[in-house]
Amino acid sequence: MSALTASGSQQPEAALRRRRPATRRGAGPGPARAGAHVLMIACLLYFLVPLAWLFLSATKTNSQLFSSFGLWFGHGFHLGSNITALFRYQGGIFWRWLVNTFIYSAVSAVAGSLLSAAGGYAFARYRFRGRSLLFGVVLGTIMVPSTVLVIPTYLLFSKAGLTDTPFAVILPTLVNPFGLYLMRVYAEQSVPAELLDSARMDGAGEFRIFRRIAFRLMTPGFVTVLLFAFVATWNNYFLPLVMLSTPSYYPVTVGLANMNAQASAGGGAQLLVTVVIAGALIAIVPLIVAFLFLQRYWRGGLAVGSLR
Amino acid sequence: MNILTMTRQAATARSRAPLRRDGGRSHPRRAARRAKAAPYLFLAPFLCVFAAFIVAPLGYALYLSLLRTELIGGQVFVGIANYTQAIRDSAFYAGLGRVALFFVIQVPAMLVLAIVFALILDSGTLRLRRLFRLGFFVPYAVPSVVGALIWGYLYGRQFGPIDQLTSALGLHQPDLLSSGIMLPSLANVVTWEYTGYNMIIIFAALQAVPAELRDAAAVDGAGPVRFALRVKVPLVRPAIVLTTIFSIIGSLQLFTEPQIMFSIAPSVIGNNYTPNLYAYNLSFTNQQYEYSAAISFLLGAVIFAGSYLFMWRVNRRARSAS
Repeated sequence: MSALTASGSQQPEAALRRRRPATRRGAGPGPARAGAHVLMIACLLYFLVPLAWLFLSATKTNSQLFSSFGLWFGHGFHLGSNITALFRYQGGIFWRWLVNTFIYSAVSAVAGSLLSAAGGYAFARYRFRGRSLLFGVVLGTIMVPSTVLVIPTYLLFSKAGLTDTPFAVILPTLVNPFGLYLMRVYAEQSVPAELLDSARMDGAGEFRIFRRIAFRLMTPGFVTVLLFAFVATWNNYFLPLVMLSTPSYYPVTVGLANMNAQASAGGGAQLLVTVVIAGALIAIVPLIVAFLFLQRYWRGGLAVGSLR
Repeated sequence: MNILTMTRQAATARSRAPLRRDGGRSHPRRAARRAKAAPYLFLAPFLCVFAAFIVAPLGYALYLSLLRTELIGGQVFVGIANYTQAIRDSAFYAGLGRVALFFVIQVPAMLVLAIVFALILDSGTLRLRRLFRLGFFVPYAVPSVVGALIWGYLYGRQFGPIDQLTSALGLHQPDLLSSGIMLPSLANVVTWEYTGYNMIIIFAALQAVPAELRDAAAVDGAGPVRFALRVKVPLVRPAIVLTTIFSIIGSLQLFTEPQIMFSIAPSVIGNNYTPNLYAYNLSFTNQQYEYSAAISFLLGAVIFAGSYLFMWRVNRRARSAS
């Protein structure tokens, strides 16, 4: 590396070296620093303004929504009355959707991640016949488009009488091939084989070793997989859209999309846009809070997956 | 890890080995059988759901794609007729063309942004790095239904702030939901949702670049930008490959965002704006499940081919570089 650059261009290199003492550790020169800040602040606004708009709009009455500037408050603060209207809509069905979403996400994330953890551990710490073939097959299905699976699953479920039940949205989300892959990589890094050997020497059974030793060491990775699986189910739209037709089984995403279609179609006659906006705001709060409190788990967590 | 700890580990491993053989002698067969069965038992629950909810639907879809429902006689076997119909179907091609264009423009733009953001965050230039990291990532926590809904309102002329701003400046906002601009408008929604997520993956990989390399580069006199492009980016290539593969899969499967936009721009989106939307409408509006299965399989084949082509190129370049 140093030989290459030295033989390459002496002139700019010397210039670079001269400039170096003026800069901070690892930082660019003054103008570059300022430029980086300007760029990043502009982009931060791009990412946050739509959410600010959502919040501001949720504080307005329907007529103010049309008459006031979108990126500032209207007259008065009507967030409370909008949320009240939201939870009164169709006898409080929005509550139902929130509870459904939470149950679907929690069950699917916990059960699915446990399956991934056990499977990933098996791939990481055992040698057995068909290991690499099986792993290749499982990994290959990450690329299967969701329609290819969801529509035939719907047809199979309708034969079994499972469509339009909570099972229809929970069962298919239990398979998480990427989660299995992450758990395998994580187990390889965090569970030393010698530790397992010494536990076997002490006479511990394989399942006990997994539960008491390996799983504990894999817990940080497990929480990461759990968090992302929870978010994936919380945000899922296609599967519940196909599977469910009874509104009381809907998750928030399908319910909101229906409300939005109604509000747009009726020109706001039967259903006020502000109610939809309040619903959208309520729908994103739980996940944003979860990501705020679990920063440790998403900040570095997915890095494991890109190590190879 | 230094040589001392390595030899110490090797020594303990060696001293353990005979012990283990002794310990196992009391029930040699049981222990052997147990150790042999264990991986299968750990894998069994996962493989059960894998078989039930991935292998079985795939097999069923493949079978279904070879059938057709006739008015008289019900479902009949038609071989590859659905596929030959699909490859001549202009509605399928229109959708495929759109997602291909989307992929060619949106994915590189998003990933370049994600890499630039990650490099700036990693360079230590920035104050309040946590604020930026969190702020950029937050849209990922927003369900794509809600993201599309918000942007749909922002684009709209009724009370959208973009229109309010442009008309206050005496300008006329182009209709962001018209057929000519819908694709860029959708690209913007997807970029908003996923740039931060990709940035986090790349940033986490950058954090693993060893500090000694930084010092070596400083001694070499490489400036921060040159160091970033020549040293850091190649080192985090696996992370970039991962985000690219996920983006290939995601963009070709585009569904939620156009489906939500349908309620505010039905004539622009229609029933075949993307292949996934087309397959969905074929199934649930027209009840043509068999043809829909063939369309989905062709889309799956395109995604597979695209991902493998990309992987193959990456691997070939990696081999020729080393």
